[in-house]
Amino acid sequence: MTRQAAMPEYTFGKAIDAAIADAMAEDETIVLIGEDAPMLRAPLFARFGADRVMAAPISEAAFLGAAAGAAMGGLRPIVELYMVDFLAVGFDAVLNHMAKMPTFTAGTWPCPVLIRAPSGGGYGDGGQHGQSLWGMLAAIPGLTVVVPSTPATALAHDGPVILMEPKLLSAEWLEFLGSGGRTTVTYDVPAAGATGDVPQSHAVPFGKAKVCREGDDVTIVSIAVGVHRSLEAAGRLAAEGIEADVLDLRSLRPLDHDAVVASVKKTGRLLVVDEDYCAFGLSGELGAVVLEAGLSPQYARVCLEDTLPYARHLEDAALPNVERIAAAARRLAARSR
Amino acid sequence: MQPTLYRQMLRARSFELAVAELWRQGRISGEMHLGTGEEAVVAGVVTQLRDGDGLALAHRCAPPLVVRGVPLLPILRELLGKPDGLGGGRGGHMHLFSRAHLAGSSGIVGASLPMGAGLALAAARLRPGAIAVAFVGEGALNQGMALETLNLAAVWRLPLLVVCIDNDWSIVTRSSAVSAGTPLARASAFGWRTASVDGTDAETVYAEAGRMIDELRASRTPGPAFLLATCPRLDGHFLGDPLIRASHRPHEDGRQLIGEVVASVGQDGGGWLDRAKGMLRLAGVMARARAGADRESARDPVRRAREAMTGNTDTRDRIEAEVGQEIAGALEAALADDAAGSDA
Repeated sequence: MTRQAAMPEYTFGKAIDAAIADAMAEDETIVLIGEDAPMLRAPLFARFGADRVMAAPISEAAFLGAAAGAAMGGLRPIVELYMVDFLAVGFDAVLNHMAKMPTFTAGTWPCPVLIRAPSGGGYGDGGQHGQSLWGMLAAIPGLTVVVPSTPATALAHDGPVILMEPKLLSAEWLEFLGSGGRTTVTYDVPAAGATGDVPQSHAVPFGKAKVCREGDDVTIVSIAVGVHRSLEAAGRLAAEGIEADVLDLRSLRPLDHDAVVASVKKTGRLLVVDEDYCAFGLSGELGAVVLEAGLSPQYARVCLEDTLPYARHLEDAALPNVERIAAAARRLAARSR
Repeated sequence: MQPTLYRQMLRARSFELAVAELWRQGRISGEMHLGTGEEAVVAGVVTQLRDGDGLALAHRCAPPLVVRGVPLLPILRELLGKPDGLGGGRGGHMHLFSRAHLAGSSGIVGASLPMGAGLALAAARLRPGAIAVAFVGEGALNQGMALETLNLAAVWRLPLLVVCIDNDWSIVTRSSAVSAGTPLARASAFGWRTASVDGTDAETVYAEAGRMIDELRASRTPGPAFLLATCPRLDGHFLGDPLIRASHRPHEDGRQLIGEVVASVGQDGGGWLDRAKGMLRLAGVMARARAGADRESARDPVRRAREAMTGNTDTRDRIEAEVGQEIAGALEAALADDAAGSDA
């Protein structure tokens, strides 16, 4: 699916909605499946009807499994989850079925399912509704895992794709799940991620990191909300004479090894900023990437260490924040490379 | 009307109205799913639990915990995100647990059924005569884990009472639109003993649940029971439910949604019939949401229980005064350190 029409400024969620709407208008085999889909995507429901915007029961295992089967049968399902946490309920369809199709069919039978999954915390919804989990998902061969940090994104793929939608960047989800009409709650939303220009015919290739800022002293690699936190930290560090390369990976599988290695070769220091769990995830993987490339940089990571706490002040401290990122970068910069 | 039932219903309702206010003030973050409308079911069932019984709850878990006797202050402190809350401020409103009451909850739809089966298994092995109760919504009965538990609990002959609270809403979709068969037929098909009650009538719930619980306690291998209780959902899926807001105040809160829908219908897409059907369905869902959320409705169980107390106004007045005092006291204690602006 490629964005066709000219797109001016969009909010994060609306950019995805618009891309889906364009794709559905172009390709009649695309069906959208999800709990409350006719309500949550009312404009699409009104435009394309109940046969293409399908209300699913609260049955993740069934509708994710059915999406895999429908894709095998020739449809191109887009499955909307309320949150990536709920993927756990239907994980078998993703882990053992969609992801295995390329291998089991020697690449002859694609499984074009797009799973749109809001992810992440920062609005006080607790440990069962604010996880990121992309490390766990990106570990699975056969899946493509995309995590945009700005509204400019594109979707064109023939295999199972998980598109994460960081809720903190998505005004619609933040209102739906966080505020609920209240003006009495606030969030630390990175403005550059929440809205932005989406160029015409925009197609970001998967597995291509974006260099958001250049510097020689330390490489900061992140994804999603962490990119914005890292950029803010890099701004503070620059005032102290520490210049950071900041990379937005944009997709985890495929992963842009070359961009990470090139930057770390230059700086000799790698800091990974990840809203997902610390152990056995993206941060460790990037350590392996640079080691395998023959580099031995100074290394540190700022990640989520434990179950995401509900209380807002605890949550803010647990998620990678500007202070923790800057402090880790300072410690790294003090070490000789 | 048993005064105890009215008292417990009023405690649950008053507690949640206080919680709703704290949420509106922004003192509680994230979503807030209230159990308003479910009080007769909750009081009718939970007042019959004893020490050693298990209680498996879903995302509307505060009312059963209040009725079960979990102290109010640590619940409120948890919702406020304080370190002396039930879960140290780290759980939140969908993740309230009380080990002393063998009560657990979950924000994953359907998860209360397998949890209840496990609690029932432990009860059967470790505490003969004890049972477990699992609350679940009719929408959750479409989850695989829930349907699988209908089988598991039956073949293991567990002392489990599943109380299915049927408000005909699956989040913001009518359950009847996404569910085949009926909850009762599903449970019957797996050999469960079943009954259905008017879930706005606490006395009826109490009697029917009591009969089922007695049977579960009396046998060593009783096999599970399924009680379907219908009741309204007075505050939407959660506070701030956009469907409720849009249907109550279409000119203010519904304008954006309606505008987007109208704009989208004008573009290329499905056939005109599809689009017309789509618009009608959306309008129908919004109208239902408005009707279901009517607090003045005769289906409000607390209102109904209050009317049933008219023959006993002295007791009623005393209960109302005492409950009001209890909730106000808990609220005051919960907010005691807030005046100083303390965050911890």
